[in-house]
Amino acid sequence: MLGYIWLGMILLSVICALFTGRLGQLSGAVLDGADKAVSLSIAMAGSMCLWTGMMKIAERGGLTNVIARMLSPLLRRLMPDYRNDRQAMCAVSANVTANILGLGNAATPLGIAAMKAMQKNNPLRSSPNNSMIMFVVINTASVQLIPTTIAAMRQAAGSIQPYSIVPYVWVVSAVSLILGVTAAKILSVRS
Amino acid sequence: MSVGEYIVPVVICVVVVFGAFQKVDLFGSFIDGAKEGIDSLIKMAPSLIALIIGVNMLEASGFFQIVSDWLSPVCGMMGIPPEVVPLGLMRPVTGSGSFAMLNSIYEQYGADSMIGKAASIMAGSTETTFYAIAVYYGAAGIKKTRYTIPAALTADMAGMFLSAWIVRFFG
Repeated sequence: MLGYIWLGMILLSVICALFTGRLGQLSGAVLDGADKAVSLSIAMAGSMCLWTGMMKIAERGGLTNVIARMLSPLLRRLMPDYRNDRQAMCAVSANVTANILGLGNAATPLGIAAMKAMQKNNPLRSSPNNSMIMFVVINTASVQLIPTTIAAMRQAAGSIQPYSIVPYVWVVSAVSLILGVTAAKILSVRS
Repeated sequence: MSVGEYIVPVVICVVVVFGAFQKVDLFGSFIDGAKEGIDSLIKMAPSLIALIIGVNMLEASGFFQIVSDWLSPVCGMMGIPPEVVPLGLMRPVTGSGSFAMLNSIYEQYGADSMIGKAASIMAGSTETTFYAIAVYYGAAGIKKTRYTIPAALTADMAGMFLSAWIVRFFG
């Protein structure tokens, strides 16, 4: 998938440069791009590690369990097919909590575990049931306490206030989550 | 000083005090977590190199200029800057691709500009939808998606429009 996108980018830029007469600028762009990626990764390292370090403390102190317990009633309501399925609901709330805290490395395996647990009691077999779709929608709306990668990139780009966007990110992701959940509800009635 | 700038010290304080109350090995845990941060950066770097090269080539070829000129009448009507549309299209498909795009926007317009802020909020409030669907359904052996894609893309589309509007009105 990513291979096709990359191929598309390269072909598109060459074709486009032929028309705009900027073919000469492309070679500079290639070398400069490789350079920038490395310096960006280094510039981001400090603040990325700050947050993964902080979140490790939160995780070991049991903050993840506290948040997971708080979310559980809401998630049960959104995924009624698994209301009484302890194993599935535990994995679901652990995954959502990991996403909120920005524990990217932990979130994906937990999400896979949640999906597999839900699949055990899925009467549709090769199609997802409404609760499984709801789980994916919640995951893709990206509700996050601190968008660490974005803040680190802003800092690396020389922003004066790299975290000033955080409250806006909260509002926008909350509203888009609500709209996504509403869309899923409406579509589930129609299908 | 905006509200956002208070979040960092507050979150750090809460986490450290909470950790101390729970008798967590604060320093050791921080170090372990920071190591994971380095690991994920190293894992991310190769694809970031590939995709920043791609985005840089598109930028140098004038492609983004053409696309945003072409989109600007439509975007103007909807109140979103045309420069962020390529990011909005890239975001549901690839994480590293959209970070590469975001970085190119920061270089062109600055991270604190209206466009830079809208792009930041957009990238922070949406996810790599198609990747998540492929990974989660793939792992569970689910072949059909029913209405997953329209529902998830509703959230992404909402994120794209709202992030531009919120910067316009409150930015």
